Amino acid sequence: MNTEKGASCVRVLVVDDEAAILRFLKTVLDSEEFCVYKAENGSLAIAAAAAVRPDLILLDLGLPDMDGLEVIRRIREWSKVPIIVLSVREREDDKVMALNTGADDYLTKPFGVGELLARIRAALRRALQSVPQPVYRIEDLEVDLVHRRVLSAGIEIQLTPTEYDLLRLLVTNAGKVLTHRQILKQIWGAGYVEQPHVLRVNISNLRRKVEKDSSRPRYILTEVGVGYRLKADFPENADKDKGGRSPL
Amino acid sequence: MTDIDKDRPSPEAMLKLAQAEEEKAAKGKLKMFLGYAAGVGKTYSMLTVGRQLKKEGVDVVAAYVESHGRLETDALLDGLEVLPKAMIDYQGVLLPELDIDAVLQRRPQVALVDELAHSNAPGSRHEKRWQDVQEFLNAGIDVYTTVNVQHFESLNDVVAQITGVVVRETVPDLLLDQAADIRLIDISPDELLQRLHEGKVYIPAQATQAIEKFFRPGNLIALRELALRHTAIRVDEQMRAYMETRAIPGPWQTRERLLVCVSGSPFSEKLMRITRRLANEMKAPWSAVYIETPGDDAFARENRERIWQELRLAENMGAEVATITGSSVADALVGYAVKHNITKIVVGKPNKSRLRELLRPPIVDQIIRKSGQIDVYVVSIGARERKDGPPQKARRSFSLRVYFEACALVIGASLACWGMASIFSPTNMAMVYLLAVVLAAVRLGSKPAIAVAFISVLVFDFFFVPPYYTFAVADTEYLLTFVGLFTVGVVISTLVARGKERTMVMQTREVQTASLYYISRDLAAAADMDAIMAAVHKNMGESLSAEPLFFSPEREHLRFIEHEGQEAPDLKEHAVAGWAFRNLQPAGRGTATLGSSKYLYLPLKTSANIMGVLGVKLADEAGYTSPQIRLLLDAFAGQTAMALERAHLAKQAEQAKILATRENLERALLNSISHDLRSPLASITGILSSLKEQETGLSELAKQELLTTASEEATRLNRFVTNLLNMTRLEAGVVKLRQEDCDVQDLISCALSQLDQQLRDRPARIDLPPDLPLVPMDMGLMTQVLVNLLENAVKFSPPGSEIDIKVRLDNVLLRIEIQDQGPGVQENELDRIFDKFYQVPIPEGRGGTGLGLSICKGIVEAHGGGIRARNHADRGFTVIVQLPRQGLPQEEGGGDEH
Repeated sequence: MNTEKGASCVRVLVVDDEAAILRFLKTVLDSEEFCVYKAENGSLAIAAAAAVRPDLILLDLGLPDMDGLEVIRRIREWSKVPIIVLSVREREDDKVMALNTGADDYLTKPFGVGELLARIRAALRRALQSVPQPVYRIEDLEVDLVHRRVLSAGIEIQLTPTEYDLLRLLVTNAGKVLTHRQILKQIWGAGYVEQPHVLRVNISNLRRKVEKDSSRPRYILTEVGVGYRLKADFPENADKDKGGRSPL
Repeated sequence: MTDIDKDRPSPEAMLKLAQAEEEKAAKGKLKMFLGYAAGVGKTYSMLTVGRQLKKEGVDVVAAYVESHGRLETDALLDGLEVLPKAMIDYQGVLLPELDIDAVLQRRPQVALVDELAHSNAPGSRHEKRWQDVQEFLNAGIDVYTTVNVQHFESLNDVVAQITGVVVRETVPDLLLDQAADIRLIDISPDELLQRLHEGKVYIPAQATQAIEKFFRPGNLIALRELALRHTAIRVDEQMRAYMETRAIPGPWQTRERLLVCVSGSPFSEKLMRITRRLANEMKAPWSAVYIETPGDDAFARENRERIWQELRLAENMGAEVATITGSSVADALVGYAVKHNITKIVVGKPNKSRLRELLRPPIVDQIIRKSGQIDVYVVSIGARERKDGPPQKARRSFSLRVYFEACALVIGASLACWGMASIFSPTNMAMVYLLAVVLAAVRLGSKPAIAVAFISVLVFDFFFVPPYYTFAVADTEYLLTFVGLFTVGVVISTLVARGKERTMVMQTREVQTASLYYISRDLAAAADMDAIMAAVHKNMGESLSAEPLFFSPEREHLRFIEHEGQEAPDLKEHAVAGWAFRNLQPAGRGTATLGSSKYLYLPLKTSANIMGVLGVKLADEAGYTSPQIRLLLDAFAGQTAMALERAHLAKQAEQAKILATRENLERALLNSISHDLRSPLASITGILSSLKEQETGLSELAKQELLTTASEEATRLNRFVTNLLNMTRLEAGVVKLRQEDCDVQDLISCALSQLDQQLRDRPARIDLPPDLPLVPMDMGLMTQVLVNLLENAVKFSPPGSEIDIKVRLDNVLLRIEIQDQGPGVQENELDRIFDKFYQVPIPEGRGGTGLGLSICKGIVEAHGGGIRARNHADRGFTVIVQLPRQGLPQEEGGGDEH
């Protein structure tokens, strides 16, 4: 397999049965200095995940031997490696199911390369960073997790405890889609997972306080029918890492 | 005409032959083993033939053979397939009967059925075994059967005359005609008697005496002659048929038609048998009619029942049967005869007294006088006593009451005269009696009125004509008064009574005509099955107080069609309806087939189709056997069948039209899809190939431009595929609404963010009421709706112009309006733009499939909402989406996120 970039390169396992997609992804990822490993079916993917110990997995759901969800489930039994699903399945139900099974992100085919690289970077960053960053900055928004303070353009914003918890959850998972169920379970507890309107009201309130124009939110993005995602704090297609060993 | 032409069979004859042969081919063949008495060896012969057939490889089964323990017969049965018998439970006793369904299921080529004239146990499907046999024949199974000559309907009375034994188990003569082959089983009477003494003839224990009387040499010889003669007639008929079809010239008879009138009198039956024999000998068809006259209304129900049975008997004997109404029997009969080309009318010789003949000329005379060209056969019917005579008793008790009232009238009149005796002269008192006569005529009928007239004359003479208290008359002048009183009384009573009777008949007629008119009117207006059923229910209920049941054919079976909570009939009723359906004949109550069912079932047949079965339950039990009501029901059934057929054809035409429309639509879809898929693909392929092949010749700027176009086209292609998928899902009905409480603001911003690229230079103004509550909807689908609408707004309005999004909420509806500054569409097209593949022509030619708006419509309507479009007076075009504020009622917990 592709190991000539040395042991320190970021290893990405690409699982897809379409030769054209594999070729395209390898070309793109090679040029971004990733070490690319390929698997054409589910069982090969699980074996490779154990053998190669990749830093990230790009997984297609429609595999010839087993369903991609099953692959996620098997890998999640022993590994926390970030998994980004690339699939033609566009229904919200499919996305929610993949995310709840343990996928970190979900991209619908067809997708743009910029979008894919941004998602990969966000996922890698979350995975590599064991201790949460004390302060997050996204454009004008600043969240200080140590002092429980939120600033917008330097002015402090008053949040209710629930709103703060919500924002903190989004911030610590910046760039990643959190499903309604995941958020409800973490903030309100398992008893609330069937009451998404609680979440919607709080998101709406939070946006009113945090966003400049709450009718065109820039930070807290809605993934229709799936959940919410906080915008990652680095500009897309930022090439500052180009040539470096690590994309971060 | 040449000689060749003359010898050629006439087209009619050929047609008749073809028809007969066709019918015979479809139906099974009947072979009869005809004997003249029990013990001649019919069963033995039948079984021998059966075995022979089996040896030849024909599929033969013994459907029902009774060996009566005779060893010879048992030995013959050995080796033949014997079907099990059905055990019918009759009052606790199990009676073995022919298992019809077992035979139909087994479907042998030939079924052997013993004793054709057998009467089935009550509770069997048919009353008689010959009806079972007919079912086999209709199913295409050949039947071999045994029968004795005395069992034939038309010979019944002859046999009774010869032997003195009335045979109750009869077989219609029609069957004899149907038989493809008759084999006469004949042994000499001496031989038969020999067999009887040897105990080789089976005789039921309870009939030993009767049989002994029956088996006298004289009887046997006469019966044997009858059997031989009947077979000979049959052979003669075959010969004639042969000659006719082979164009063998012969002394052809002109076509005759016979007519006999049924009246419910004790002699009708005999008259019919005579007519049947005459018709047979002339090889002519015959008809039996019952003429309902005004006077019959006084008849008791039992009489009607008998008339009905007589008509059925006539039908069994091969007659065409009709019931007509008329004021006089003779007029109606002759009228019918003229209309139906009857050549001969058969009437019985009257045996009325001279006196009665003087009062009213016998019908025979009237018929003879009016018959004109038609021959009238007057036959002697003797004075055979009926064992089950007419219900005279009932009529007499009825009459007694009437005559009692008549006497009371006379007494009343006399008392009145008594009071006036001092003032008026006796001659004028006659007027008071006349009044009594008129009253009697109006209230009691003609005969009591005549009685009143007669008694009045006597009483008048006795009390008021001197010398008083004697019947002697002093003044001869009074004799004139008597004659006057009596004559006027009789004339008035006859006239009044006849007038009254006529009105009554008119009234019944009127009611029947009206009910027929009403049902045909209602059925004409009914366009579908439901409306037809409603019409039949209404009219049957109103004019017959009957309850109908509907069965509609579904492939090979019948399905009960419920009407307004009607209870489904049980399996037995279903089976009876099924029988009527398969055999195209009435069955159930009031018929000979499965008469124990609750309903009468009439097949709904038209000239070409069978549209189902109509079950009828009459409130009045007597209605089932009343010819009038049965005719009315038949008319109802006919009308219903025609209405059903019309509805059926209309539906077929409608479906054909829908199919054609759908084909057009599908063609449009394919054209549109191929266009929309191919054009972006064409540009992408073109750009990629030019980049690959002309890499060196292109400037960096040109390359960038090409790449941008290719990527835009790819996005367009993707959007189109998404729309196509959504449309398919919506149409396939697999889209499950996932309703959740949604933030409308979030909805709008999601839609806008999906169109970031297109909306770069298009300011979107959002007008939202503050504190908008959450509204239940499927956010994913509704985002799709807004994206499609916004995309349209961008596509159809000038660059740089604003797009307005306005949201309003009232108690019932959420309203989202999207307005652009485009030119709008033509007023008459406002509704059509939401149709699938409707495409407003746009100047730039950047069209879509016209799927976008129809998807919006589908999604919004799935939410229980509505979508419409509006042009603005000056400029601009608005699409308005309305959703119910409370959402659709949820069937199950929405928003489950696994």
